Amino acid sequence: MLGLIGRRLAYLVPVILAVTALTFLIANLLPGDLAIVMLGDQATPENVAALHKQLGLDLPLWQQYLHWLWGVLHGDFGTSHRTGQTVLNAIAGRLPVTLELLIMAELGGILIGVPLAILCAVRPGSAFDRTVAGIAFGSLSVPPFMLAILLIFVFALRLHLLPATAYVPLSDSLLGNLRSMALPGATLALLEWPTIMRVLRSDMISTLQEDYIAMARAKGLSPRRILLVHALKPSSLTLVTVIGLNIGRLIGGAVITESIFALPGVGRLLLESIYLRDFIILQGGVLLVAIGFVLVNFLVDMLYAVLDPRIRHGRA
Amino acid sequence: MSETPLLEIEDLAVALPTERGPLRAVSGVSLSLAPSRSLGIVGESGSGKTMLARAILRLLPPGARLAGAIRFDGRDLLRLSRRDLRRLRGRELAAVFQDPMTSLNPVLSIGSQIAEALTEHMGLAARAAMARAVALLAEVGIPEPERRAHQFPHQLSGGMRQRVAIAIALSCEPRLLIADEPTTALDVTVQAQILDLLARERQKRHMAMILITHDLGVVAGRTDDVAVMYAGRIVERASTRALFRQMRSPYAEALMAAIPRLDAPPHTRLSAIAGSPPDPTRPTPGCPFSPRCRYARERCRSEAPPLSADSRDHHYACWFPLPDRSRAEV
Amino acid sequence: MAALDSAGKLALELEMPARRRRRLGIVFWLASSWIALVVALAIFADLLPLADPFAQALLARRAPPSAAHLLGTDALGRDILARVIFGARASLEIGLLAPLAATLVGTLLGMLSGYFRGRFETFAIGTTDVLLAFPPLVLALAIVAYLGQSVTNVILVLAILTVPAVTRVARAATLAIREREFVTAARALGAGHLRILRREILPNIMLPLGAYFLVLVAVTVVVEGILSFLGLGVPPPQPSWGGMIAEGRDSLDIAPHIAFIPAVAMFLTVLAFNLVGDSLRAITDPRRGAS
Ligand SMILES: Nc1ncnc2c1ncn2[C@@H]1O[C@H](COP(=O)(O)OP(=O)(O)O)[C@@H](O)[C@H]1O
Ligand code: SF4
Ligand SMILES: [Mg+2]
Repeated sequence: MLGLIGRRLAYLVPVILAVTALTFLIANLLPGDLAIVMLGDQATPENVAALHKQLGLDLPLWQQYLHWLWGVLHGDFGTSHRTGQTVLNAIAGRLPVTLELLIMAELGGILIGVPLAILCAVRPGSAFDRTVAGIAFGSLSVPPFMLAILLIFVFALRLHLLPATAYVPLSDSLLGNLRSMALPGATLALLEWPTIMRVLRSDMISTLQEDYIAMARAKGLSPRRILLVHALKPSSLTLVTVIGLNIGRLIGGAVITESIFALPGVGRLLLESIYLRDFIILQGGVLLVAIGFVLVNFLVDMLYAVLDPRIRHGRA
Repeated sequence: MSETPLLEIEDLAVALPTERGPLRAVSGVSLSLAPSRSLGIVGESGSGKTMLARAILRLLPPGARLAGAIRFDGRDLLRLSRRDLRRLRGRELAAVFQDPMTSLNPVLSIGSQIAEALTEHMGLAARAAMARAVALLAEVGIPEPERRAHQFPHQLSGGMRQRVAIAIALSCEPRLLIADEPTTALDVTVQAQILDLLARERQKRHMAMILITHDLGVVAGRTDDVAVMYAGRIVERASTRALFRQMRSPYAEALMAAIPRLDAPPHTRLSAIAGSPPDPTRPTPGCPFSPRCRYARERCRSEAPPLSADSRDHHYACWFPLPDRSRAEV
Repeated sequence: MAALDSAGKLALELEMPARRRRRLGIVFWLASSWIALVVALAIFADLLPLADPFAQALLARRAPPSAAHLLGTDALGRDILARVIFGARASLEIGLLAPLAATLVGTLLGMLSGYFRGRFETFAIGTTDVLLAFPPLVLALAIVAYLGQSVTNVILVLAILTVPAVTRVARAATLAIREREFVTAARALGAGHLRILRREILPNIMLPLGAYFLVLVAVTVVVEGILSFLGLGVPPPQPSWGGMIAEGRDSLDIAPHIAFIPAVAMFLTVLAFNLVGDSLRAITDPRRGAS
C-alpha cells in the first residue's frame, strides 16, 4: 500500500511539471504582444514597457518559463493587472461555490444512478431496464447548456418554483443557498447519473453472476443484503473509477452552469478572465484547475486501493 | 430405505436457454435420500450434476425452466414462497461449491461471511455470531481462527478457503449439505483432507449429504449410495458397496476405468472414455451413450433404455447391462 | 421413455425461444435518415429557397412560426429556419472535420505505439497523458482564448483535444491484433513493417475506429455548441446552434421557440450520431456483450 502510494506520487511530479509547461506554452500562443492586448486602451508605450518588465516578456521563452515556474513553486501564480488580486486569492474566493456545485452534482448523480443501476441489473432486459437504458442514452446526448435552459424555463419561468440567477451565499442562508444551487446542481446531476447508471449496471450484472452471489443466495440471505452488500460493495470500486473519470467532464459542466446561473465560482472566474482579457488570472486559474484535477484523480486512485482489500494488502 | 426420505426428487427436468435453443441439462431424474445418509452423484463434466444441485437449491441460471417435483422434508420446493425458500436455504439446506477461489466474496472478511448466515437465520447478535464464526473456523481445522476471521479470502490458500466455505455451510447446522465437486479445484494433497473433514462433520452432526464429483474414486468408501449421471440422466443407482461390487451400466464401467491413478498427473481424468457427450440442445432418440458405447447394438440407437431395478434395488438404464457377477479389481 | 418426456416438459421446451441475435433496428435507420437529412440540408443550404439568415426584420422580431417564417424569427427578426440550416453547416463542419483530423493523427500514433511499442509508445502515451491531465473544456476554452476565435481555430482545438482518446483506442485495438495468427504469419513470410501495418493491422482496426468516429462527432458537436453558446466558438453573426440558443436565452420567457428550435435540432443530431455509432459498435464488437 505504501509502495503503491509512493509510486503514484512519483508519477505525479512529472505530470504536474508537464502540465505547467503546457499551460505556459498555451499562454504563448497569443498572436501579438501580450502587454498590448492586456492593456487595451491604456497601451501607451510607457505602460507597455513597464508591463514587459513586470512580466519578464523581453527574456527568451525558456527563461520566462523558468521564471514563471519559480514563482509557481513559491505559490506565486501571478497577480491580476486589472484588479490587483492574486490568482490564489481569486480562486480561493470562488472555490467553495464550485466545490459545492460539484458535490451536489456527484451526490445527485449517485442518488439517481445507483438505485436505477441496481434495479436494472436485477432484471436485465426487462421493460424497466430497457426504459431506463433508453432514457440514460438519450440524456447522454443532451448538451449541458440545453438542459440548464430547459430547467430554467420549466422551474423558474413557468412554475416559479426556484430562482434561476439569484445566487445566495451559504453564509447568508442555508435554505436560500440550497434553493439557488438547486437548478445548477440538478443540471449537472442529470448529466452525471447516466454514466454512473450504465457502468454500475453492467458491472452489477456480471457481479450477480459470480459464484459468491450464488453462495450468498444459498446462504438464504435477504435479497436486500445480497444486492447491497454482496453485489454492490465489490462493484463500488467501479463506481469510484467512473466518478474519477467523470470529474473532468463535470468541471467543464461547472464552467457552463456557473455561467448560465450566474454563480460566482471558479468556472465563471475563468470565463470572465477570458472575456476581460485578464490573461494572468486565466493562466494561473487553468494551471490550478488542472493541478486540482490531477490531484483529485490521484485521490480517487488511492480510494480505489483503500476500498479493495486485494490491493490494500499489497497484491496486484 | 424404509425411513421417510429427507429429500425426494421425482422426474425432474431442467432446461436452460441458449442461443442454439433450449438445452436440456437434466432429464427425468428421480432420487431419494434419507436423513443423515449420504449420496454420491458421479458423472463426466457436463453431465448435469451442477444443474441438478442448483435445481435442488433453486439457484438455476436466469431463464431456466424446471419440471417435476422436489420435496424436502415433505415440502414441495418448487411451490415454496421466496420467503420460505430463503428460510430453508442456509438454515436446513446448505451448499459448498466447486471453486473456493470464486465462491467467497472478495471484499468481505471471512468472519463476516460466516457470521451473516448466523445473524440471518439464528437471530444471533453481531458479536455472538462473530464468536460462533471463530469457533466454526476452529472446527473446520483453520489455525489461528481469531486472526483468520478478520482476513479476506485472497489471504488464504485454496484449501483454507474451501474450509471456510464448509464452515459457512455448517454454521446453521443444516440437515442436508450439497457439496458440488468440493475438491476438484484443489491440490491433490488437500483433496483427501477436505473429503475427510466433510465425512467427519457429517457424522458428527447427523447431517445428510450429497457429494458431487466427476471421479468415482472420490465416492468409493465415502458415501452410502451412488448415482451415476450421463447426459442429464441417471444411468445407474445403487448402494456404493453394490455398485463397486458390480457395475451394470457400460458408462459406469467406463467411468471406473477413468479413475485417475495416484501416479497420473492431475486433471487427466476421463481420458479413458473415447468420444464426447452428446449435444444437450439436440436430443437424439436412442441411448445417449450409444455413440461411445462399446456394447451398443441396433436397439440402443433407436430406443432409450428406462431406469429399471434388479431384485436388489440396483437401478440401471441399459438394454444390454453387464452381467451380474463379482469383479476382482474393486 | 414416456415417463422421461412427459407432456409438461415438452411444452416447457417449446415455450422457450432461442435467444435472438441483435440486428440493426428501426431506430438505427431513423437516426441515419436524420443524419442524411441534416447533411443534405447543410450542403445544399445555398440552393434552397430560404430566407437570408442575416437579414433582420425589425418589425417581425420574435415572431412565432408563420407562413412567411416557417419556424418564426429571432430577437433581431432573422428567419430561424434559415439560421438553423446554416447553423447545421457550422456544427457539421466542425463536428466532422475535428474528429476526422483527430482520427487520422490518433490512428497513426496509436497504431505505431501499439505495433512498435518501446520509446515511441512511451512518448506518445506520455504526451496524451499530459493532455488528459486537463479538464477538456477548460483546456479548449484556454486555447481558443489565446489563439483567437475562428472556425478554423475551433476545429484545430477540438481536434487536438480528441487525439488522445483516438490514440488510446487505436493502440488498444492494435495491441489486440498484433499477436493474432495472421499477423504472425505475415511476419514469418517476411512482410515488412509498413506492409503489415497497412495490410493486416489497419483494415482490422478500421471498423471499431469508424464506429468510434461517429461517437466523437456527437461529442464534438456538443463541445462546439458549448463554445458557441459561451461566445467563444463560431463568431457571430454567423449562425451556429449554440450561438442561437445563447441568443434565445434572453427571450426565453416571451419567445421560448427561439432557443428551443435550435436546441431540438442539436439534440436530435447528437442523439442520431450516438445511436448510429453505438449500433455499429455493438455489431462490430467481437465480444457482443449483453447490452
Ligand atoms: N448457465 C448455463 N447456461 C446454459 N447452459 C449451461 C449453463 N450452465 C451449464 N450449462 C450446460 O448444462 C449442461 C450441464 O452442465 P452442468 O450441470 O454444469 O454439468 P456438470 O456439473 O455435470 O459438469 C452442460 O451441457 C452445460 O454446458
Ligand atoms: S443401452 Fe446400449 S448403448 Fe446404451 S449403455 Fe446400454 S449397451 Fe450401451
Ligand atoms: Mg459441475
